[in-house]
Amino acid sequence: MRLLGKQEIEDMAVGAALLGTGGGGDPYIGKLMALQTIEEFGPIRLLSIDEVPEDALVVSSGMMGAPTVMVEKAPSGQEAKAAFKTLEAYMGKEIFATYPIEAGGVNSMLPLALAAQLGLPVIDVDGMGRAFPELQMVTFYLDGISASPMVIADEKGNVNLLNTIDNVWAERIARAATIQMGGSVMFAIYPMNGRNLKESGIRNILQLEEGIGRTIRLAKEQNVNPIQEVLKLTKGFELFNGKVVDIHRKTETGFARGTATFEGLGNNKGEKLQLRFQNEHLIATTEQRLLCVTPDLIAVLDEETGLPITTEGLRYGARAVVIGIPCHPKWRTPKGIETCGPGYFGYDVEYVPVEKLAKKGALLG
Amino acid sequence: MSYRIGIDVGGTHTDAVILDKDYKVIAETKCATTEDVSSGIYRSMREVLAKSGVPREHIRFAMLGTTHCTNAIVERKRLNKIAIIRIGAPATLSVKPLIGVPDDLRKQLGKHVYILRGGHEFDGREIVPLDEEELIRIAQEMKGQVDSIALTSVFSPVSKEHELRAAEIIQDVLGEEVALSLSHEIGSVGLLERENATILNAAVVNVAKTTANGFIRALEEEGIHAKVFFGQNDGTLMSVEYAVKYPILTVACGPTNSIRGASYLAGLSNALVVDVGGTTTDIGVLINGFPRESSLAVEIGGARTNFRMPDLVSIGLGGGTIVRLQEDGSFTIGPDSVGYRLPEKGLVFGGDTLTATDIVVALGKAQLGDPSKVSHIDRPLLECIYERMVEMVEAAIDKMKTSAESVPVILVGGGSILLPDKMTGASQVIRPDHFGVANAIGAAIAQISGQVERVFSLDELGREKTLDLAKEIAVSEAVAAGADPDTVEIVDIEDVPLAYLPGNATRIRVKAAGKLDAALEQIDH
Repeated sequence: MRLLGKQEIEDMAVGAALLGTGGGGDPYIGKLMALQTIEEFGPIRLLSIDEVPEDALVVSSGMMGAPTVMVEKAPSGQEAKAAFKTLEAYMGKEIFATYPIEAGGVNSMLPLALAAQLGLPVIDVDGMGRAFPELQMVTFYLDGISASPMVIADEKGNVNLLNTIDNVWAERIARAATIQMGGSVMFAIYPMNGRNLKESGIRNILQLEEGIGRTIRLAKEQNVNPIQEVLKLTKGFELFNGKVVDIHRKTETGFARGTATFEGLGNNKGEKLQLRFQNEHLIATTEQRLLCVTPDLIAVLDEETGLPITTEGLRYGARAVVIGIPCHPKWRTPKGIETCGPGYFGYDVEYVPVEKLAKKGALLG
Repeated sequence: MSYRIGIDVGGTHTDAVILDKDYKVIAETKCATTEDVSSGIYRSMREVLAKSGVPREHIRFAMLGTTHCTNAIVERKRLNKIAIIRIGAPATLSVKPLIGVPDDLRKQLGKHVYILRGGHEFDGREIVPLDEEELIRIAQEMKGQVDSIALTSVFSPVSKEHELRAAEIIQDVLGEEVALSLSHEIGSVGLLERENATILNAAVVNVAKTTANGFIRALEEEGIHAKVFFGQNDGTLMSVEYAVKYPILTVACGPTNSIRGASYLAGLSNALVVDVGGTTTDIGVLINGFPRESSLAVEIGGARTNFRMPDLVSIGLGGGTIVRLQEDGSFTIGPDSVGYRLPEKGLVFGGDTLTATDIVVALGKAQLGDPSKVSHIDRPLLECIYERMVEMVEAAIDKMKTSAESVPVILVGGGSILLPDKMTGASQVIRPDHFGVANAIGAAIAQISGQVERVFSLDELGREKTLDLAKEIAVSEAVAAGADPDTVEIVDIEDVPLAYLPGNATRIRVKAAGKLDAALEQIDH
């Protein structure tokens, strides 16, 4: 077990923004909640997955709904407690610990804040190793683990326990209830035992998050290039160095979809990169070559500070380095690629691992 | 003939101008900004009056753009004793007020913090009713303890009902003595950022009061009985009464004044404005005669806020920027500066520090001081340094553009002699007359505005008619504030549909602005 203080949380928030690959919601409010929790309850307990007993009940916590609602009507802190209590009563078993469903964006930070309020430790594991937009896009789904029974709770004291036939129905019913409950709720979801979490979850992901943030912070202090340091740590690849020259956005079926065009600088002078996103960055190509594609991670880092830039933060003139990071091997299985590969998001491209693309580059047909 | 005096306080200089009724510049002056700010203001005022020779009784208006409030926040000095009241429990308890704000500011402002039940949902429903009893208890507890209160309720930009009711209750208990700052009048959606802006506002109410009273008294001592206005950061004016209620709106009015002044001097409504001062170069975007507003949260004194602010990029390059030459032939430019001490520190003025000004003098691009003091510097090196300086500005210009197309660039500020007549990204470079005091001119010619921001249901009237209604309200607000009805124009419209809501609910914001009502100029004091 490790204890997390304020500096660790600050670092993790930076790593969460990077693993959010442009989307996932701003970790900022989650970070503030975690910092307040530390002030009130002391350091947050972080467990390695090996410290979790095989038969222990573990449950993911986080938020569902519109992040813009949450930044105005911030959580009370009681929602998660109510959700966890309800789930415990229903399952007839005490919950041992909580864990984040995704390592990117706001939901990576919330379990850290909620854990101390719940009096529970957080497990260093998640279900994505990054951020994705839909509830079934988790390694647990690949392994046949159900999101139900799940609970959503609001600050007023309303609690909904859902038992759905599959995860698509969970998404549909919970979404409708969320709007009635005020647009932003806390959830307790994907309950499972320690053994399943060990097999299905992505390990040491919070440690990686923290490492990314710390690396960027220390690079600034020591005057070294933060991006090169991040690439070493994440085993990632520099895809493109350039300047944003055009952004095209449209809102489609509730998602912010769009394309950003970068003009090359330095080694990439004369080339153009197209980055397509749907909340998260999904595919990076030049005119001739595929550079990186989902489920591998694509992050845009500020050329100077090394800090990640979100899709909303992309503006004309931003100078950035686009990097690619290999996703967890579970996403590279046939079912993984079917669930969140390029085809699922509507791109007619074969998935090729980023490390292969970085070596030779695949010509676009 | 009636005249107006415009004063703008910058980091290095305090500038003053006197304009006639047709905005013609009668006199201009530059004085060093003083540590207390006020004495610099009074000095520049007396100087410009003396230069102009205008009869004092003919000065009808006095406009002041000042950094008093910003300085108070940054220096943590002269701040009010405040209470922070948030209406939002049981929601929001997981992020208490001032979390994420620097510790020293938090310690100073966080002595009386309350969160009570109330607030609204995103669609205007009550989360829970306002806890009036608790509010009365809190108000009684605060009696004699605080001189200013920051009041924020959840989703008050959608429904201000609980903030208004709470203000009523507090005033019933505490009377009119205690100043109230209501968040819906200051910021937009985003609880913590709006709350921070409201807290900072409450904290500088007395600073604004003292500044206003001091300015009015200084004018009177000079025999001037003018109507006094404060510049706010959207490029329009506010009355003294309003400025004392919402002093936070004076933050960043300086760059805004430069942008507005540049627009007037160059006769352009759409351009980039590059303002080169002694320490920094600020670049802003002029759209339809007003500065583009930032869409991101802006930190003030380390606190994240979300009220409207001009979108600016600032780089560490100005007339006093220090240039350092290394033994190996390399060099660095800034980011530090000799600032207002340029006339004694710069080499061409007989000083001991190589500055950006010395570089342009050495290259013969400006005639200042004694060029022989810099004739020893190697010419190719000078050219390298100059090229790098221009590149710094060109990169910043590029960041502020919204597309790859070249745009007109207006150069203002005393340091603009640093820059050439051709720059990458600029379709033309304009150096208007009086460029050195564009900020004071911007303050003097600022307009009176009116604004409406409300959630409308489009189902009732349809989009067009609803927008027309909102425009009418904004225009009448501007006229009520003292704008000439014949000159009022709509300067900004924003309509944001609110997702999930029945009735096609849309948040509409319209801003109208016009010249000061000429009728006001006739009033004899």
